[in-house]
Amino acid sequence: MTIRYAMVIDTRTCIGCGDCVVACKTENKTPVGLNRDWVVEATRGKWPNVRTEFRSERCNHCSNATCVTLCPTGASHYWRDTNIVLVEANKCTGCKACIAACPYDARLIMHPDGYIDKCTFCHHRVERGDDPACVSSCPTQCMHFGILDDAGSKVSQLLKTRNYKALMTETGNEPNVYYLT
Amino acid sequence: MIEEILITARHNPKIDPILGIWTWEISVYLFLGGLTAGIIFFVALMNLLEKNDTYNFSANRLALWAPIVLSIGMTTLFLDLEHKLYVFRFYTTLEPTSPMSWGAWVLIIIYPISILQILSTFRVGYPVLSGWLEKIPFASKLVDLSERYIKVISWIAIPSAIALGIYTGVLLSAFNARPFWNTGLLGPLFLISGMSTAAAFTVLFARSHEERRLFTRYDLGLIGIEIILVVLLLINLATGTEQQLKALEFLTTGGGYAVAFWGAFFFMGLIVPLFVEFIDLVQENRTLAILGPLLVLLGGYMLRHITVNLGQETSWQNYGTEYSVEALERVNKIYKHGLN
Amino acid sequence: MDRREFIKVSGVTAAAATVPSIFLSGCSTQPNPGEGEVTATPTVCDICFWKCAGHVYVEDSVPWKIIGNDEDLHSNGRLCTRGTGGLGAYQDKDRLKMPLVRTVGPNGQQIFREASWDEALDIIAKRMQKIADEHGADRVALLNHGAGASHFKNLLRGYGSATFSAPSYAQCRGPREVAFQLTYGEGVGSPDRTDMEHSRCIVLIGSHIGENLHNGQVQTLTRALENGVSLITVDPRFSVAASKSQHWLPIRPGTDVALLLAWMNVLISEGLYDKAYVEQYAMGFEQLAAHVRQFPPEWAYLQTGLEPELIRETAREMAKNAPATLVHPGRHTTWYGDDTQRERAIAILNTLLGSWGRPGGFYIQEKVKLPNYPLPDYPKPKSTFKVAHGDDYPFATQPVSNAVIDASIGDDAHYKGWLVYGTNLPMTIPGVRPKLRQAADSLDLIVVIDTMPAEVTGYADVILPECTYLERYDELRNAAEREPSLALRMPAFKPRHDSKPGWWIAKQLGERLGLQKYFPWNDYSEVLDWQLKQVGSSLDEMQQIGVKNFPRKTPKYFQAGEARRFNTPSGKIELYSQRLADRGFDPLPVYKRPPERPDNYYHLNYGRMPAHTFSRTTNNPLLFQLAPENTLWINSLVARQWKLKTGDSVRMQNQDGIVSKSIRVRVTERIGPDSVFMAHGFGHSAKQLRLTNGLGADDSALMTNVLIDPIMGATGMRGNFVTFVKNSEQEHA
Ligand SMILES: Nc1nc2c(c(=O)[nH]1)N[C@H]1C(S)=C(S)[C@@H](COP(=O)(O)OP(=O)(O)OC[C@H]3O[C@@H](n4cnc5c(=O)[nH]c(N)nc54)[C@H](O)[C@@H]3O)O[C@H]1N2
Ligand SMILES: Nc1nc2c(c(=O)[nH]1)N[C@H]1C(S)=C(S)[C@@H](COP(=O)(O)OP(=O)(O)OC[C@H]3O[C@@H](n4cnc5c(=O)[nH]c(N)nc54)[C@H](O)[C@@H]3O)O[C@H]1N2
Ligand code: SF4
Ligand code: SF4
Ligand code: SF4
Ligand code: SF4
Ligand code: SF4
Ligand SMILES: [Mo]
Repeated sequence: MTIRYAMVIDTRTCIGCGDCVVACKTENKTPVGLNRDWVVEATRGKWPNVRTEFRSERCNHCSNATCVTLCPTGASHYWRDTNIVLVEANKCTGCKACIAACPYDARLIMHPDGYIDKCTFCHHRVERGDDPACVSSCPTQCMHFGILDDAGSKVSQLLKTRNYKALMTETGNEPNVYYLT
Repeated sequence: MIEEILITARHNPKIDPILGIWTWEISVYLFLGGLTAGIIFFVALMNLLEKNDTYNFSANRLALWAPIVLSIGMTTLFLDLEHKLYVFRFYTTLEPTSPMSWGAWVLIIIYPISILQILSTFRVGYPVLSGWLEKIPFASKLVDLSERYIKVISWIAIPSAIALGIYTGVLLSAFNARPFWNTGLLGPLFLISGMSTAAAFTVLFARSHEERRLFTRYDLGLIGIEIILVVLLLINLATGTEQQLKALEFLTTGGGYAVAFWGAFFFMGLIVPLFVEFIDLVQENRTLAILGPLLVLLGGYMLRHITVNLGQETSWQNYGTEYSVEALERVNKIYKHGLN
Repeated sequence: MDRREFIKVSGVTAAAATVPSIFLSGCSTQPNPGEGEVTATPTVCDICFWKCAGHVYVEDSVPWKIIGNDEDLHSNGRLCTRGTGGLGAYQDKDRLKMPLVRTVGPNGQQIFREASWDEALDIIAKRMQKIADEHGADRVALLNHGAGASHFKNLLRGYGSATFSAPSYAQCRGPREVAFQLTYGEGVGSPDRTDMEHSRCIVLIGSHIGENLHNGQVQTLTRALENGVSLITVDPRFSVAASKSQHWLPIRPGTDVALLLAWMNVLISEGLYDKAYVEQYAMGFEQLAAHVRQFPPEWAYLQTGLEPELIRETAREMAKNAPATLVHPGRHTTWYGDDTQRERAIAILNTLLGSWGRPGGFYIQEKVKLPNYPLPDYPKPKSTFKVAHGDDYPFATQPVSNAVIDASIGDDAHYKGWLVYGTNLPMTIPGVRPKLRQAADSLDLIVVIDTMPAEVTGYADVILPECTYLERYDELRNAAEREPSLALRMPAFKPRHDSKPGWWIAKQLGERLGLQKYFPWNDYSEVLDWQLKQVGSSLDEMQQIGVKNFPRKTPKYFQAGEARRFNTPSGKIELYSQRLADRGFDPLPVYKRPPERPDNYYHLNYGRMPAHTFSRTTNNPLLFQLAPENTLWINSLVARQWKLKTGDSVRMQNQDGIVSKSIRVRVTERIGPDSVFMAHGFGHSAKQLRLTNGLGADDSALMTNVLIDPIMGATGMRGNFVTFVKNSEQEHA
C-alpha cells in the first residue's frame, strides 16, 4: 500500500464523552443498537492514588489486517492503495470469519441486511479531504487524522514529538490508530 | 495495581461481554466434516487393501454415507451464514490466505470424489439400488469406469480426506485473534478425532463381527493418539501466551468449560470408550459394542463444541461492560425498523 | 504472501467474476452517506442550556445528523455528545402526540383522554379566566426551564402575573449568582464568563467539567490543558477533570469553605494576593484578613483531610499564575445549604487573585442590543413573586421554585394555577414529591407543556404536546458572551404528530384570554425578522448563516489601572458584605460543619454523565445507546464489606428510610470509601417512557434531607446518606 492513513488520539485531553460514537452513528447511519466505535476507560491504582485513561477505539485499519487475510470471499479488502479496510456488502456471505479474525473485536457484527459493517475511516469524507466524522466532531479536538507517511502531516508530527502507543502490537496486525500518552 | 477497563457505548451483544458469533451450526459442521473425512479415508483404505469381501460395510456400503453426512454439515454451515443469498461468493474467488476459502473449494472437490467412491462400490454394497441405478442410460458405463479405476480413486481420496480432516481444525487455528484456537495442534487433533468418529460409526453399523473388531481396534489406536494430542495441546497452552494460559485455566479448572472438557469430552468421550471398547474386544459384549462407539461420537461432537465456544471466549481484549446488555436490548425492540 | 500481490490476486478474481444481477438486487453496495440530496437548516441546540448553534442535515428527506456551526462561539463547530444526539429527541417514539385532558374513567379512576387542541386550550383559558376573576391573575405561576418558555412569559405578563420560576435558580446557579452579585454587583451569567483558554491556573471546586459537558467550558478547558495550564481539582471523587489535574484534592465532602478560608489565609499571610487590585477595587479587606487569620491550613486539615502542605502549595501555585488564575465558580452550586457563603468565598478568593475582569480570569460579557418586538405595555401584576417567599430568602432575585410550590399548597395558598414548561419537577426538586401531590390537590389548574410523557405530566389537568426544538422557531439566542452574537433556531422538520410550537400554543391561549394584542403577528418568524432587521440582518440572512457575530463595542477586560464602579452599594467589590450583615447573615464566609456521616452509611454523591442531560435525554433513542442506565459507583473496600461486585443490583436506603429503585453496581477506585456516586436523571417511573423506565435509580428520590440556603432559598442536595439493601433474587425478577 502506498498511502497509510492514521488516527492519533490524545489521551491527555480525551474526556471519554462519547461524542465520537454518536457522531459516527449519525454520519454513517449505523443500525440501531450497533456502534462502529466505542470508548474505554482504564483506571489503574487504588484510591486515592489513581490514574484514569480514556480511549476512543475503533478499527485500527491494520497494515497487516487479519480480517482481510482470513476473509474467504475478498469482501474484506483494502480500499484503493491504502490501509483503509472496507467490506463490500455484495461480496460478503456473512460467514463472520473476519469478526473472529479481528483481535480488536472491531467489527460491527451483522448489519441487519446480513453483511458485516465496520469503521470505514469515513473514506467517503477522506476522499473529499474532510476528517472522519468522529474526528471532526470531538469537542476536545483530541483526535487527529492524516497520512502517516507524509512527514509534514499533523499525525506524523504528533508521533514525532509525543510519547505514544498503539493497542496490542503483539498481535502483529500493525494497527494504525495511535494513542498519545 | 489493578486495571479496570470499562467500555461505554460499544453495545454489541454478539461481542460483549464475549464473542458469540458461531454456535451449534459450526460445531455440527466441523463434527460432520471430520466424520466425512474419516469415512472417505476408511472407504479408500479398505478398497486399497481389497477388503471388499471381508469388510463389506466399510469397503462397499460406507461410501454412501459421506455425501449424506457432509450435506447435513453443509446445511448447518449454510444456516450460519447471515447473507445467505451471497453464498455463491465463496466460489467467485480463491483467497489464498483464507483457510475458509480453501475449505470451500475442498468441499467442492470432496463431492465428486465421494460420488466416485460410491459408484465404484455400489454394485457390491447396494445390489438392489444399483439395479435401479443402472436403468439410467450411461449409468452402468459410469459404474464400470469407476470400478476399473477404484485404486486411482482411492489414492486421490486419501489425501483429500486428510485435507478435509485437517482443514476442519486449521480453519480455527488460523485465527490468531483467538488465543485458544491459535495452536498448530488443532488440525491433527481434529483429523484424528474425525477418523476416530468414522471408525466408531463403522463399528455401530457394520454387520460383520470381524469388521467390528477390526474397527474397534482402529478406534482404540486413534483414541490413544487423540489422548496424546490432547495432552500436547494442554502443554502447548500451558507454555503459551498470557491469553492462552487464561484459556487453559478456563478449559481445565476455572470457567464454565471444565465439566464439559473433563467430563463430557475427556472422560466420557475418550477414557470411557477406551475402556469400553477394550472390554468389548476382550469380552464381546453387545451392549458395550454400541455404547463405546456412541460415546466416541458424542466425544467427537463435544470436542468441536468446546473448541468453538471456548475459542470465542478467549480474546486479546477483556473489557468489562458497564451497562447491562438486557437494558440495551430495549432499543432493538422498540426501534426494530430504525429510528426514522 | 506479499501483501501487494495478495490485493492483486483478489482483485483479478473479483473482476473476473460475473454475478447474476438478481443476486445483487436488494443489497448492492450501500451508497455512501451524503451522496443523496442534502439540506442543512440552522438550529440552536436545546438538549441543554448552553445553546450551541448548529445545522440539521437531512438526506433524501430522512433526518441525518446535526453538526455545530463553525461561526458559533458556544460550540466552535463541534457539538457535545448530547447535541450530536439531538435528532433522537425528534425521533423518540414515545413523544407526546396530542393534547391530553384529565377525566374520570369508567371505573372511577382518573385517566387522561385525548383531546383536540381547541378543546384543550378552551379548558385552560376558561380556568385561567376563572382564577383571574376570583383570585387575581398574579395567582398563576410559570415553572419553566428552557428558551421556549419565553412565549409563555409573554402570555403571563399580558395576563398579569410575574412569577416565572426556573429550577436553574434554586436548584442550580442561584447561590452563585447571588454571591457574585453581592460581591461584584453582577452575576456570572450563562455561558459562564470564565476565560479559561487564557488561564494559566484553573481551580475547579466540584465542577466536573468533562462529565459536565457544557460545550464551551469543555473546549476552553481543553485549550488550557494543551497550553499547559496548572489544573487544581477539588473533588471527593476522581472526576474526569481530576484525572487531568496536576493537583487533585480529594476533599472530605462538604468542607470546601474550610479549604477556601485556608487558601485565603495563605495568600494573605504570605502576602501573595494582588495588593494593587484589592486596594483599588475592593472594600473590607481588613475585616477579611482578620477573619481568615483564624483559619490556617493546619486548621483546615482537620476539616478537609487535606495536608496543610498541599493547601499551601496550591495556594502559591494560584498566586504564581495570578491574575490568569481562575477559581471556577461552578454551576450546580446547591450543595449544603451554606452555598451562597461558599460561593462568596470563591468570589472573594478570585478578588485576592485579581482575576475578575482580567485575562485568564473572568471576562466582561457583551450581547447584541436587540430591540424587543413592539408590544403594548403589560399590566402591573398585583403582587410580585416575593409573596411566595414570605419573610424568607431576602436575597433571592428570582422566584424560588420550592417556595412557589410551598405557596401552592392548601385552600388559602397564594397560587391557584401553574403552567409547567420544560421542567420535570418531581425529579428536579429534591424532596418535592409529597408537596407536589398536595399542590396538585390544592391548585385549580395545572398545565404541563412538554415534549415527553415525563413524570411531571402525571400531575397535570391538561397536557400540551410541544414539538421539539428541531421543529420550531424560538426567540433568537442573544447570549452575553465573549463576542456579541445572534443565533437562529428554526424548524428543520414539520412538527410530528399533533404537536405544536410553544409560540403557537401561547398565542392561541392569548387569543382565548383576550390578550391578542400581545401576539400581534401570525407567525413567530415575523417577530424574528423584525428584530433582525433592527440590527442590520434579516430572517432570510439568518436562515442562510444561522449565526451572526457582531464586533464588541466595549473592552473584554479591565484596562490597566482603569477606575471602575461596581454595581454594589459601596461601588466596590465587597469582600465584607454589609448587606448580609444587615439581614443577620455572616458578612464574611464562615465554615459550617457538614452533617455527620452515620456508621455504615455513605455520602450520596451525584453529578452528570456525558451522554445525558438530567432526565430529559434518557429516553432519547440515540443517547440511550450510549448509556442506557446509571450505575452506582462504589469503592472496592465498600464492595468487599457488602459483598458486592460490578453488575450486581442493589437498592439504597437513605437516612430517612427511603428505598431507591434498583441500580447496578460499578466497583471503581474513582470513588472513595466514604461515598457512593451516581449520575442524575435515571430511575424513571413513567411507564410511557418505554426505553428508560425502570432503568437505573433516581438520586432525587433519596434527597429527603433538603438543606435550604437561608440567604436565597436554594435547595442543598448533598446532606443525604445511603446504605445498601441487597436485592434478593425474587425482587430482581
Ligand atoms: N452531560 C451533561 N452536562 C451538563 C448537564 C447535564 O445534564 N449533562 N447539566 C448542566 C447543568 S444545568 C449544570 S448546573 C452543570 C453542573 O455541573 P457542575 O457545576 O460541574 O456540578 P457540580 O455539582 O459542581 O459537580 C458535581 C461534582 O461535584 C463533586 N462533589 C460532590 N460533593 C462535593 C463536595 O462536597 N465538594 C466538592 N468540592 N465537590 C463535590 C462530585 O463528585 C462531582 O464530581 O452541568 C451542566 N452540564
Ligand atoms: N437530584 C438532582 N436534582 C437536580 C439536579 C441534580 O443533579 N440532581 N440538578 C439540578 C440542576 S443543575 C438543574 S439545571 C435542574 C434541571 O432540571 P429540569 O430542567 O427540570 O431537567 P429535566 O429533568 O431534564 O426536565 C426537563 C423537562 O423538559 C422537557 N422538555 C425537553 N425538551 C422540551 C421542549 O422542547 N419543550 C418542552 N415544553 N419541554 C421539553 C423534558 O421532557 C423534561 O420533562 O435540575 C436540578 N435538580
Ligand atoms: S469525542 Fe473526543 S473527547 Fe469525547 S470520547 Fe471521543 S475522542 Fe474522547
Ligand atoms: S482492527 Fe480488526 S477489523 Fe480493523 S483492520 Fe485490524 S483486524 Fe481488521
Ligand atoms: S463475513 Fe463477509 S467480510 Fe467477513 S469474512 Fe465472511 S465474507 Fe468476508
Ligand atoms: S472514522 Fe468514521 S466510521 Fe470510523 S469510527 Fe470514526 S466516524 Fe465512525
Ligand atoms: S452543550 Fe451540548 S447539549 Fe448543551 S447546547 Fe451545546 S451541544 Fe447542546
Ligand atoms: Mo443546572
